[in-house]
Amino acid sequence: MARAVSTRRKWITTIVAWTIGLALFFPILWTFLTSFKTEGEAIATPPSLMFFNWTLENYVEVQARSNYLKYFSNSIIIAVGSTIVGLLIAVPAAWAMAFSPTKRTKEILLWMLSTKMLPAVGVLVPIYLLFRDAGLLDSRIGLVGVLTMVNLPIIVWMLYTYFREIPGEILEAARMDGASLAKEIVYVLTPMALPGIASTMLLNIILAWNEAFWTLNLTASSAAPLTAFIAAYSSPEGLFWAKLSAASTLAVAPILIMGWFSQRQLIRGLTFGAVK
Amino acid sequence: MATMHTRSTARLMMAPAVVSLLLWMAVPLGMTIWFSLLRYNLLMPGMEEWTGFTNYRYFLTDPAFFTAIANTLLMVGGVLLISVGGGIALALLLDQAFFGQGIVRLLVIAPFFVMPTVSALVWKNMFMNPVYGLFAMVARFFGLEPVDWFAEVPLFSIIMIVAWQWLPFATLILLTALQSLDEEQKEAAEMDGAGPLSRFIYIVLPHLSRAITVVILIQTIFLLSIFAEILVTTNGGPGLQSTTLTYLVYVQALLQFDVGSASAGGIIAVILANIVAIFLMRIVGKNLDA
Amino acid sequence: MKLKSVLLGASFLVPCGTAAQAETLTIATVNNGDMIRMQKLSDHFTEKHPDIDLDWVTLEENVLRQRVTTDIATEGGQYDIMTIGAYETPIWAEQDWLAPLDGLGEDYDVDDLLPAVRDALSVDGTLYAAPFYGESAMIMYRTDLFEEAGLEMPDSPTWSFIADAARQITDKENEVYGICLRGKAGWGENMAFVTALANSMGARWFDMDWQPQFDSEEWKNAVQFYVDLMNDAGPPGASSNGFNENLTLFQSGKCGMWIDATVAASFVTNPDESTVADSVGFAQFPTHQDLDNHGNWLWVWSLAIPASSEKIDAAKQFIAWATSKEYTELVASEEGWANVPPGTRTSLYENEEYLEAAPFADETLEAMNAANTTNSSVQEVPYSGGQFVAIPEFQGIGTAVGQQFSAALAGQVSVDQALQSAQQLTEREMTKSGYID
Repeated sequence: MARAVSTRRKWITTIVAWTIGLALFFPILWTFLTSFKTEGEAIATPPSLMFFNWTLENYVEVQARSNYLKYFSNSIIIAVGSTIVGLLIAVPAAWAMAFSPTKRTKEILLWMLSTKMLPAVGVLVPIYLLFRDAGLLDSRIGLVGVLTMVNLPIIVWMLYTYFREIPGEILEAARMDGASLAKEIVYVLTPMALPGIASTMLLNIILAWNEAFWTLNLTASSAAPLTAFIAAYSSPEGLFWAKLSAASTLAVAPILIMGWFSQRQLIRGLTFGAVK
Repeated sequence: MATMHTRSTARLMMAPAVVSLLLWMAVPLGMTIWFSLLRYNLLMPGMEEWTGFTNYRYFLTDPAFFTAIANTLLMVGGVLLISVGGGIALALLLDQAFFGQGIVRLLVIAPFFVMPTVSALVWKNMFMNPVYGLFAMVARFFGLEPVDWFAEVPLFSIIMIVAWQWLPFATLILLTALQSLDEEQKEAAEMDGAGPLSRFIYIVLPHLSRAITVVILIQTIFLLSIFAEILVTTNGGPGLQSTTLTYLVYVQALLQFDVGSASAGGIIAVILANIVAIFLMRIVGKNLDA
Repeated sequence: MKLKSVLLGASFLVPCGTAAQAETLTIATVNNGDMIRMQKLSDHFTEKHPDIDLDWVTLEENVLRQRVTTDIATEGGQYDIMTIGAYETPIWAEQDWLAPLDGLGEDYDVDDLLPAVRDALSVDGTLYAAPFYGESAMIMYRTDLFEEAGLEMPDSPTWSFIADAARQITDKENEVYGICLRGKAGWGENMAFVTALANSMGARWFDMDWQPQFDSEEWKNAVQFYVDLMNDAGPPGASSNGFNENLTLFQSGKCGMWIDATVAASFVTNPDESTVADSVGFAQFPTHQDLDNHGNWLWVWSLAIPASSEKIDAAKQFIAWATSKEYTELVASEEGWANVPPGTRTSLYENEEYLEAAPFADETLEAMNAANTTNSSVQEVPYSGGQFVAIPEFQGIGTAVGQQFSAALAGQVSVDQALQSAQQLTEREMTKSGYID
């Protein structure tokens, strides 16, 4: 049945695909390599790909200056926290939209998306004042709240499109059997919806991890995540590429590794209803 | 059927999302509209006074305003073009059988995980720097004059950086859509003697149209608010060449600390973004039947 | 609405947990080398003050500025000590946002501060920020390249000499550029240099009625001179070079001359970082033939306490330590005299050991003493500030004008067009802010 793929064609495809893949990945690889160079080697002409004196001094220096674990754990708490809260709010909403659609469902969905259009920088001062009065400045709880709201429209939309693919007949059948709403959710829907939820969760963690406006502007110290950590290395006096690379590697690696390990789950539901 | 019951349950289930988003939108928006009508500079407290539409007038007559709109559209359009075009090509490529498919896919999606600030810093310093950057070194190796990216083609440079980040996202969605294309359909077309090009135009592309719509919609929402990459690389310059609308609002808010103008700019940006969104919906929205 | 109440409820619980502990000072600072050193050495302070904990927030300069400004203006209360510059101090002190820094201790010796520095940080004779390090601007040049070209740098050169020398030294084949100057748009980047250059050429930002002066002959000369010189003798990509980019260029031997902040002197003479460490000479900021004005560049990174802080006493103790003579000696003993924060105290420039370790000390002191920030132009001006204008609107205006000059440098617009746009946009902003009708 499968189309016969000539070996020659397969090799050509392999070469092209690998070239493009490596080219796209190269900036990340280069950052990773540079983080093990000395500052002098980092700007050397011509640069060296592998053959330099590998050193950990940049990582030592970065750790001495900023407590990586503090930023890292804040990033985890904020990204995971906002994702959990977001899912708790979004799953019922998306479920209702998908299975009891009304004429206004689409309007509500589009309105939700439109809340993302207000440029964050334009509302910084109002939010800052509100946060100050609520005592939420530099608090992880405050950031969890903000990032939940920022990403909620995307979560709802993604879940909605996924849930819509679940055939309604199954629900009908379950209802016929006299299943209660709770049972319906636990035994029928959840198993079918799980891939979509997992995928939404992963995407949201990525988005929250990389959010760099609110996380930087609403924190000072105790709630500051890795985006603030990076801001300490972006353009100091003197040579800084190697240290910047080390800090960048530290900031990006956790989410990259998570993304790689869970890419199958991520991709499964990442369709936004684009697949019929 | 228990329609009444279901309907009220459905409302109840939607309530948390709708109400919280409503608050998240209405409260800052209300405050922003209020501030936009005031003369309100953070650095000069106690001078707040009602000024009506003065802030709007200044923002709309700013010599940078129309340039910024044009740049915003160019940037969003450019990134969409590269990421959708490149995404289709990459998806088609990754859909073929070749050795190490899994690993290549990991390499391709990697840029999506990188923090925008980090990617801007890395591209700016280690690649596009005209003296030490890798591009300059490669150019000199071939005896060419290195390109001074952020001075000569600032907007294009930013488009490249942003497109690099969003290309994986587009590729993934398009690839998933492509893989759902019926193998039999493709085979049938092949049997009919359709060449690769007509196969692509008449079968693959229509099948992808929905996915393309989704990519455009989501990316537009994110791209309209981009400014970290601009701030890190060009600061909107040289001149106004990479100043976008969001960057203009940033200048008002965090350089001038002019809350009044920034609020007016924010409101104008929302209105324009919604116009773009409605426009988009009109053109491509048919694909998104809810 | 459950969520919000949960959030609010929980947020009230958070502060209670930490209140009973030792006092924690949150210090916002910029990621410059001297501050990073301060952070490293701060154990010496906490050892002596076990009741005080330090929490460092180190940020890149622009981010730092936007964070601390937002916070102090909204009384957000996130920081107990802020690192601010000579620009912010008078403006903020005027608003009563800063706690006056009296009572810094018996041995603090306020009178030892350099007069220019102390003036820049005081309002009506009261000190509102303590200087951590200060800088003016001067020429750093490559003695070896000058020798090769048969040139001799006068102690106080003129611009025309600099221009000739720069063109002569330039050897683009070998990536040696006669002169490196800031070009990256920003009020604290290219505009710091261009304003100092314009000052030295007789220009001023505003006349006594706050009318912008970019349509004047002096500005035209200054900007034209700058653009021409950089086109002939500057490095590629000059329009995106700031202090740091130029530092890297100079350290790797690609610049014949570099006119910039005096603090750079200790970096370019540091053999660990600089490939040209043993062949760097120094000279005063150039002047125009007929004018006696060295640009009046003066910047002080200093530590200040927001008036709303609840830990003013503890914060004062830290500031008194970090800007004291004792701290200077601590740095000297731990990292050598060349690394002590320069440009704040007279006593440092009388210290034999420092003078020996820092070949740039005399030039630095001379430049700092020459800086007149109350009247930076040869013409009369309504504002204070040397390489900046100390009004709240300047950050925005300066950056917008900086973009125009950056565009002129990149060849995107002509010098005349850039000046015309600068004039228009400054007029607009000044009208909007009510300075002019």
